Amino acid sequence: MKRILPVFLTALLTCSALAGCAAQQKGGSVSTDGSTSMEEVIGVLGEAFQENNDGVTFTYNPTGSGSGIQAVQEGRCDIGLSSRSLKEEEKAGGLTETVLAYDGIAVIVNPQNAVEDLDVDTIAKIYTGEITNWSELGGNDAQIVVIGREAGSGTRAGFESITGTEDACRYRQELTSTGDVITTVSQNPDAIGYASLAAVSDQVKAISVGGIAPAETTVKDGSYVIQRPFVLVTKNDAKLSDTAQKFFDFALSDEAAPLISQAGAVPVK
Amino acid sequence: MNKQKTFENMIHGIFLLLGLITVGCVLLITLYLVLAGIPAIRTIGLKDFLFNARWASTAKEPSYGILPFILTSVYGTAGAILIGVPIGFLTSVYLAKMAPAKIRMIVSGAVSLLAGIPSVVYGLVGMMVLVPGIRKLFRVPDGASLLAAIIVLAVMILPSIINVSITALEAVPKEYEDASLALGATPVETWFKVSVPAARSGIAAAVVLGVGRAIGEAMAVMMVSGNAPNLPELFGSVRFLTTAVASEMSYSSGLQRQALFSIALVLFLFIMLINAALNFFLKRSKEG
Repeated sequence: MKRILPVFLTALLTCSALAGCAAQQKGGSVSTDGSTSMEEVIGVLGEAFQENNDGVTFTYNPTGSGSGIQAVQEGRCDIGLSSRSLKEEEKAGGLTETVLAYDGIAVIVNPQNAVEDLDVDTIAKIYTGEITNWSELGGNDAQIVVIGREAGSGTRAGFESITGTEDACRYRQELTSTGDVITTVSQNPDAIGYASLAAVSDQVKAISVGGIAPAETTVKDGSYVIQRPFVLVTKNDAKLSDTAQKFFDFALSDEAAPLISQAGAVPVK
Repeated sequence: MNKQKTFENMIHGIFLLLGLITVGCVLLITLYLVLAGIPAIRTIGLKDFLFNARWASTAKEPSYGILPFILTSVYGTAGAILIGVPIGFLTSVYLAKMAPAKIRMIVSGAVSLLAGIPSVVYGLVGMMVLVPGIRKLFRVPDGASLLAAIIVLAVMILPSIINVSITALEAVPKEYEDASLALGATPVETWFKVSVPAARSGIAAAVVLGVGRAIGEAMAVMMVSGNAPNLPELFGSVRFLTTAVASEMSYSSGLQRQALFSIALVLFLFIMLINAALNFFLKRSKEG
């Protein structure tokens, strides 16, 4: 399903681009390349941008953060998309990051679970199998059922990199969607899972991490630590084209903020 | 006269073309699977691919061993057959030979309905009812397991087994049964010693059809089996060949994606093997 959107978008854009060219030479184009986790956010922004600007071509190439950063470095796209901050050497290579939004990842348990708060270390120990029973954490004497996402998922990559558990997680279940994770955790009183903050419902309990409850405000001020930035990457020495600059400004405007929230992320504004 | 002949030939041509569409599809799929599946196997090494028990496709040092998936698919299918065949077979004997018309109508209707339920619905019911049920009944930490998948698969293959077996049992000539009854055999003796042996090739076909459906099912299994790439355990979280392809396909890239095609190729070979076995047994039972 996730893969269909960009293909469809590209096809749509190609059609509209051709139509646009035939009619008159106006509009221009914006090309973006990078993080698959930002697909929904960039999708709604791209759609809105095209609606507001007739004949503009907007493309998004879901290749992953690393490839997106490389693409903008090599001038193969206007704006690179990254779901992590730039490394020092990338900044030294002439790239600038502009934070578009934050993505909070909530750690969820069953509402019947007595545990309310865990710190990042403890969460990492649960996921790597060092802590296996809720009684060690002040809960019932029951084995912890560790739920996660499938290999390749952006949420999994984000969660594992923040908790430092890459390749070390011992999942009991690997589910293929946020909805499945929430349903499964809501069904099993001993389960723990993670899901994008925006998707969390009353069916499950989002625990606080290091004493900070996950919420839009705590994600925005950085006190809730299981989060990652969605970053627009641009080149220092090359000026954006007029259209690309227009999209860049639009993405960071107040107007775009509700669209970003709607796509499940926390806008910077 | 001549005009009519041309018309006849044209119709023949059209039917031939339509028939060839199926053949063409099979050839195309086979060719594509082989071409897409070979590269990863060559990179990973056939032995490592088939017999390594560790699957970690996105790790820093990735490992692509599909032994857990193969064993899970074999165990899962065997389990579903073990539960589904006795139930399905006895149901079909009952419906074909014993049941009063009214009951037969109701049960057949239910079986057809069962056949029409989409697999995602089986998965959903399994996830909401069966998985928590297994967790409570067996007091295990989590109900998503090989057992849950086996139960779902057993129910899913029932309609194919029942329908094909009924057709086979009804095709047994009535004279056989009449002769047996006339010789003093009871009806039950007649059904199991005359009707069933006479219908055995059809019943074998029903079982193989069930195997095929069970080994190829992805959606329902994915929702109840937990999907962790472990070696199969009855109460453990497991991943089948089908779900291994389906669960990682959407975000995969590079060698990971190629390896998924290789898994599909292995699955395809399994199904070819099943078909070949079916043809072999059917032929032998006809000759014997």
